[in-house]
Amino acid sequence: MRKQTSGAATPALTKDGFLGREGTKTVIASLFSILIGLVVGSIIILIVGLTTPSISVGGAFEGLKLVFAGLFSTGRTATGELTFGFNPVNIGDMLFRATPILLTGLSVAVAFKTGLFNIGAAGQYLMGTAGTLYVALSIPTDKVPAWLVWLLAFLAGILMGALWGAIPGLLKAFLNINEVIACIMSNWISASLVTWFFDVNNQLKNASEAGKVSYICKTTANGVATPKFFLDKLFPGSQVNGGILIAALIAVLVWVLMSKTTLGYALKVCGANRQAAKYAGINDKRCIVLSMAIAGGLSGAAAALYWLSGNTEFFWSTYQSLPAEGFNGIPVALLAANNPIAVIFTGCFMSMLNIAGLQIKNLTAYNEYLTDIIIAIIVYLSSFSLLIKLMLSGKKKPAAAAAAAIPEDDKTAAKPSGEKADEKEAD
Amino acid sequence: MVFLLQQTINYAVPLLIVALAGVFAERSGVINLALEGIMIFGAFAGALFIRIMQSNGLFDKSQGQILLLLTMLVCAIMGAVFSLLLSFSAINLKADQTIGGTALNLLAPALVLFLINVLTQQSKLVIDGGATTWFMIKKSTFGIDKSTDIGFLGELLLNKVYLSTYVCILLFIVLSIILYKTKFGLRLRACGENPQAADSLGINVYKMRYAGTTISGALAGIGGFVYALAAADGAATGEVAGFGFLALAVMIFGNWTPSNIAVSALLFGLFKCIAAAYPSIDLNGDGVYMLAEIGVSSYVYRLLPYLITLIVLAFTSKRSRVPKAEGIPYDKGAR
Repeated sequence: MRKQTSGAATPALTKDGFLGREGTKTVIASLFSILIGLVVGSIIILIVGLTTPSISVGGAFEGLKLVFAGLFSTGRTATGELTFGFNPVNIGDMLFRATPILLTGLSVAVAFKTGLFNIGAAGQYLMGTAGTLYVALSIPTDKVPAWLVWLLAFLAGILMGALWGAIPGLLKAFLNINEVIACIMSNWISASLVTWFFDVNNQLKNASEAGKVSYICKTTANGVATPKFFLDKLFPGSQVNGGILIAALIAVLVWVLMSKTTLGYALKVCGANRQAAKYAGINDKRCIVLSMAIAGGLSGAAAALYWLSGNTEFFWSTYQSLPAEGFNGIPVALLAANNPIAVIFTGCFMSMLNIAGLQIKNLTAYNEYLTDIIIAIIVYLSSFSLLIKLMLSGKKKPAAAAAAAIPEDDKTAAKPSGEKADEKEAD
Repeated sequence: MVFLLQQTINYAVPLLIVALAGVFAERSGVINLALEGIMIFGAFAGALFIRIMQSNGLFDKSQGQILLLLTMLVCAIMGAVFSLLLSFSAINLKADQTIGGTALNLLAPALVLFLINVLTQQSKLVIDGGATTWFMIKKSTFGIDKSTDIGFLGELLLNKVYLSTYVCILLFIVLSIILYKTKFGLRLRACGENPQAADSLGINVYKMRYAGTTISGALAGIGGFVYALAAADGAATGEVAGFGFLALAVMIFGNWTPSNIAVSALLFGLFKCIAAAYPSIDLNGDGVYMLAEIGVSSYVYRLLPYLITLIVLAFTSKRSRVPKAEGIPYDKGAR
């Protein structure tokens, strides 16, 4: 998963050797972030373990083991010893949970490539949820073939997400409103809109099972579900389905789009330097709107594949909280340095942490939020991954080097300070 | 009517103080997207502090107001400490401020829920007896009988209120004056507008930005606790229902100036209040629930603040008073 050179407009750093390569440095910076995240998580386990009377020292070490090898945990023996080994349920569930965050990760990555920070993946995910669930549950499968309903529901999710994502794009392109603010506002607007939508659409609620009316029916209630593609034979007993394969395929398609097509090139140039793109005859406004629409579509696809799995129910009264899948896309994209292929692996890694969290909750006195802490620390470290990369380059003056390295970086806010008066946005 | 106004104020005060927190950070040149996270952390720090004090028997109910003030101080300190994470990455390491802020927004609920679960084996940290019995100022606090009528203003200002409301309003006024009428305030704002020019006059931009974000963190920490008092009876639940982001909207809506923020905080507080209680709002007491009869969904009131902010931004983005150097790491070597 070597990273290809970041912007098409930028030459690769001509430092000698494997370690000097830009891609290698990116991978090392990501691994460094992960390592520190895990170390801090371990320290928290030890501190909490040693200061809480109810957790023994052995319990603390069990927590440590599970942080690193939770994926391979197979429970406890009769004597209470933790056992490890191949656990098909864990691995299958990991692939299942990786599906949405892989796609929201792609969503964030595509926007990053165009110089935009898509923090609105959560809202786009919710709109996609509404679109998918409505279509999947409303078209009767006794009249229309189930596979067609599946396809329509999938497309509806993508469309809703894309439309919702295009709004901050339009605001950014034509009114110069900072996309971060627009995305945050649109997130909360969508949270209320989607709750409202499901509140009035009573036929979608799961009224048949007692006490489940605050949930929307599974899509399997209408006979619609993603095919398993034999993955259920490989990982029996888990929630895995063909969604992960579709998501990986989408990642490859996004890679082709970004690296092999004119549109992808235009998007990246626009992200590297909007003024230069304009000068070169690229319609920068169109690029920004398209990039956000694609990003939104990917988040919508994340929701579509998650709910079309047919084994999870949507808690519809969501106006006070946003789905975690939207925000977990950010570390996925950051760790992958916005490379669509690398996103497949970082998505799986994040979901592996999630599974480890569940094992920790089930088997020890700790709880699943520990892995959320680790993820947050990884995001925090990723925010200055540029600095880590520079340390790897062995440059003495990070400040001056940072100014020089900015055009080579994909991140949004890093603007050449000389141009700040022109580029200042109304956020 | 009294109920409506009091509820509005209860929702408006955390918005007011947290929006001012945003102003201090952004005026010094640092985008503080972590307001939500700091609020969550502040609310947790407050609830934990009160629990520790209660379980050690250091305070009883008659000293509730002293405990409340102490708790606000603790929340301010903890919020400031938490915000140092943002300052460090944004100022020293020149990291992307939006990603740094997002990281803190992810970290705070994770850390808080992790600790709450370890401490209490559930996902809520409640205050023994609740905030209403410990901290709420009622008629009985002044030795007045429940049935005595103390007039409209008396009911509004002295019955069923929290001391923290007045402390926050006082803080808001004092800090606004500091921001606009003192040398420190002028310097802070200069760092958010033109840090190079400020530096050339001998102002330490890094220190000023640290001051801005630290004050911001302290205010957001208090805001988190005040929100928990009004909305969750003082309990910490690892979320503040998007109030940090709503405060961000208030700040933008108020165009980064305290007087406008005060007005917009009241307006947004009113929206929140209507959304929470619209079926039972009876303005003139004639038994007609007007808002319920209009039939507008409560979700409309919930999303209106965010929608209005977007619309306002759309119309004012050309002449908006956003601090010019906001979000750009200060680099001494740059031209």
